Amino acid sequence: MSTLLNNLDVFTTGFRNTIILFLVSGLFALILGTIIGTMRVSPVPAMRGFGTLYVNVVRNTPLTLVLFFFAFGYPKLGLPEIDFTTAAIVGLSLYTASYVAEVLRSGINTVPVGQAEAARAIGLPFLQTLTLVILPQAFRSVLPPLFSVLIALLKNTTVAAGFSVAEAGSIRAFLAERGEPGMIVLLWVALIFVILVLILAQLQRYFEKKWKVAR
Amino acid sequence: MSSVLYDAPGAKARIRHLVLGVATFVVVVAIIGFVIWRLAETGQFTEAKWKIFTFPFVQQTILQAVGATLSAFAVAAAGSLVLGLALAVGRLSDRAWVSTPFHWFTELFRAIPVLILMMMFYYGLPPLLGLKWPPYVAVVVALVLYNGSVLAEVFRAGIEALPKGQREAGVAIGLTKSQVTSIILLPQAVRSMLPVIISQLVVTLKDTALGFIVTYNEILFQAKYFGSQIQYGSPIVPSAIVAGVLYVGMCLILSGLAKLAERQLRRSQRVAGPKKGAPALNAAQDAATTI
Repeated sequence: MSTLLNNLDVFTTGFRNTIILFLVSGLFALILGTIIGTMRVSPVPAMRGFGTLYVNVVRNTPLTLVLFFFAFGYPKLGLPEIDFTTAAIVGLSLYTASYVAEVLRSGINTVPVGQAEAARAIGLPFLQTLTLVILPQAFRSVLPPLFSVLIALLKNTTVAAGFSVAEAGSIRAFLAERGEPGMIVLLWVALIFVILVLILAQLQRYFEKKWKVAR
Repeated sequence: MSSVLYDAPGAKARIRHLVLGVATFVVVVAIIGFVIWRLAETGQFTEAKWKIFTFPFVQQTILQAVGATLSAFAVAAAGSLVLGLALAVGRLSDRAWVSTPFHWFTELFRAIPVLILMMMFYYGLPPLLGLKWPPYVAVVVALVLYNGSVLAEVFRAGIEALPKGQREAGVAIGLTKSQVTSIILLPQAVRSMLPVIISQLVVTLKDTALGFIVTYNEILFQAKYFGSQIQYGSPIVPSAIVAGVLYVGMCLILSGLAKLAERQLRRSQRVAGPKKGAPALNAAQDAATTI
């Protein structure tokens, strides 16, 4: 307990940054993932091709490598400088978006065919069929896998610790300098992660109940 | 080519799709072109930056790093499959005092980030025990614990999605409970969940790259090392490209092998498990989605 209380400053900064990383990249990943998911089912072959390519390449690339590129490679390209936190957010968003896109696509398939047929029958074009009729229903049925992706994103934020972002994964390195026992520190970090994951799981249950589809 | 989401395009729509298609193509090519232009402009394609990769010693070291990644992956994959089976069987036990601890074990190790587990087994635990072991042990143990717990959930979801008649028929012909599980339920569950199991193995392969952060001598670690050699112009971007090609290549090969195995299994399928696309199976596969 004293390990936690004596170093509360490091723990709060660490987890505050973790939550910032999670919220910001979660938001961007949802937006980008929806766009790419839409492209994957769109009537334009070039868009479908790009969506498929993006998902297949990114899903087969380790997150560590994505962050490695943005932390070490990007600064060499002579583009506007970004700090490590922004680099981590960009990497996490691009990586998670491919999973969001896949989840949404599988959700689109679970919406009964009649819904899309009815939407087309009343003359809605593709984008309106998707955004007004299909996606709102798909979002509800994909809540469990979508939350799995978000929980995975929360845990993946720790990878940024390897690339100079002061978040939960780097608490151990900070406290090693203060001479705290590593295992105790890591157990506290793990415990807080378990609590955060439980909160997300609770949130998922709440939304599932609230948005239950009546079919 | 038709989808329920849109009508077959007419004359106007075809032109619109063509315009949109060309626009997408131009945008994508522009983005890729911009990245390549920046790379070329900053001299990442010059001979000097790539020279380091022409030395046999460097190539051998990279091959060894690939071997290190593959070795960690192979051991972790085998270990997590075994652990996953054990945990799933334990969790499906009828006795609450057996299934509850297994349930908590899987939930706990699914909730802790793999990297934190690796740090525990590399920085945390050895000093407490007065021991010292190479980062390889930490990488493999952490991957086994995490992926084993995830796979346990996958196996369990697969078994629970099977039609009830399978278990009942097994019991009716006089098999014991463990026989029903091992020769009737598990084989079908594994077959129906194969896509999820495979994608989890791809995740395992990708997660070996986390070993980079706990100083395990794998591909990314070597890439960082060669990328910071100043006398060769700090070729960090060429290093990242080499590591990227290796990782994406290995993952694609693994995914390809998996698809092949899946097709073979489906062809030789003798029993009628839940059909592909059945709601129960889809739900089970979705519920097991992880990264």
